[in-house]
Amino acid sequence: MSSHPNAPSHAPAHESASHAHHGHSHGHEAAHGTFRSYMIGFALSVILTAIPFWLVMGGVFDSKLLTAFFVMGLGVVQIVVHMVYFLHMNPRSEGGWTMMALIFTLVLVGITLAGSLWVMHHLNTNMMPMSPEMMKNMP
Amino acid sequence: MSETQVQTGHPEAEKPQFYLTEDHHPEGSTMLGFWLYLMSDCLIFAVLFATHGVLGRNYAAGPSPADLFDLPIVALNTAMLLFSSITYGFAMLQMERGDKVATLFWLAVTGVFGAIFLGLELYEFSHLIHEGAGPTRSAFLSSFFTLVGTHGLHVTFGIIWLITLMAQVAKRGLIPENRRRLMCLSMFWHFLDVVWIGVFSFVYLMGVLG
Repeated sequence: MSSHPNAPSHAPAHESASHAHHGHSHGHEAAHGTFRSYMIGFALSVILTAIPFWLVMGGVFDSKLLTAFFVMGLGVVQIVVHMVYFLHMNPRSEGGWTMMALIFTLVLVGITLAGSLWVMHHLNTNMMPMSPEMMKNMP
Repeated sequence: MSETQVQTGHPEAEKPQFYLTEDHHPEGSTMLGFWLYLMSDCLIFAVLFATHGVLGRNYAAGPSPADLFDLPIVALNTAMLLFSSITYGFAMLQMERGDKVATLFWLAVTGVFGAIFLGLELYEFSHLIHEGAGPTRSAFLSSFFTLVGTHGLHVTFGIIWLITLMAQVAKRGLIPENRRRLMCLSMFWHFLDVVWIGVFSFVYLMGVLG
């Protein structure tokens, strides 16, 4: 977009055009979708909700671990779908700051969840309630 | 970008250009600020999820999720919230077109779906408490009521906000202030749906799975 500095006859027209375009895109990029994008998001959400309920209520898999894996996995996918189609997340909105805040929050959430479960699991296994017999043999 | 390059020939005209670009700022920063609020809310829910993850198996010889949860009701609840999300989307699209009556209509539909969701949740809660599975029964039920109750409280305030905005739009039309407020509520409402995905996956489905 390098325009000639010494082309004054073109400058005003170009400037006003780019300005109008800027105003237009500002109003639309912020938080709006189209009817089509909302419907795509809705259809994906319905599918991604129906599958985990079907897996659990229908008892499709024998393995609980496999079912749990699918339930949590599809949940994560659906969260991403909501973020993209309903919350209109993209790396460009607000100059990338919403995405930055989201990533920061996800890191904190990850630390909170994983850390809590990890630490408390160890506490649970290592500090189970003891019988009086066990207590007597404590060092 | 091109404006400043064009203006390099006229240094005295450069400064007003900067003020002009700054002028857009307040409008956008509301959205960013509200997004940051939502992220902090996200941390509240993360802590409650972590608590439930830790305590969710401590039944204190009481009922387990498989004994208590009625998955068809949870599925219905999920559907209600999902419908309310898409109808709010329609309200936003009508707002874009500047159709005040249609916006109000879709906001009302959203409110009705939200109210049905809340009603079903309260019915479930009262049913649990009636069965003797109240928040004081076990650590699992304490964390369950705290997590799901906090989400329900958010939905309650969302509905109050929704009704307030409907009155505002009905009285003053789709003025820029109301558009901004509607966009904030849109983010709030969709965010609650995102949290609910975590609730029904992690609390209900994983709980029943055992």
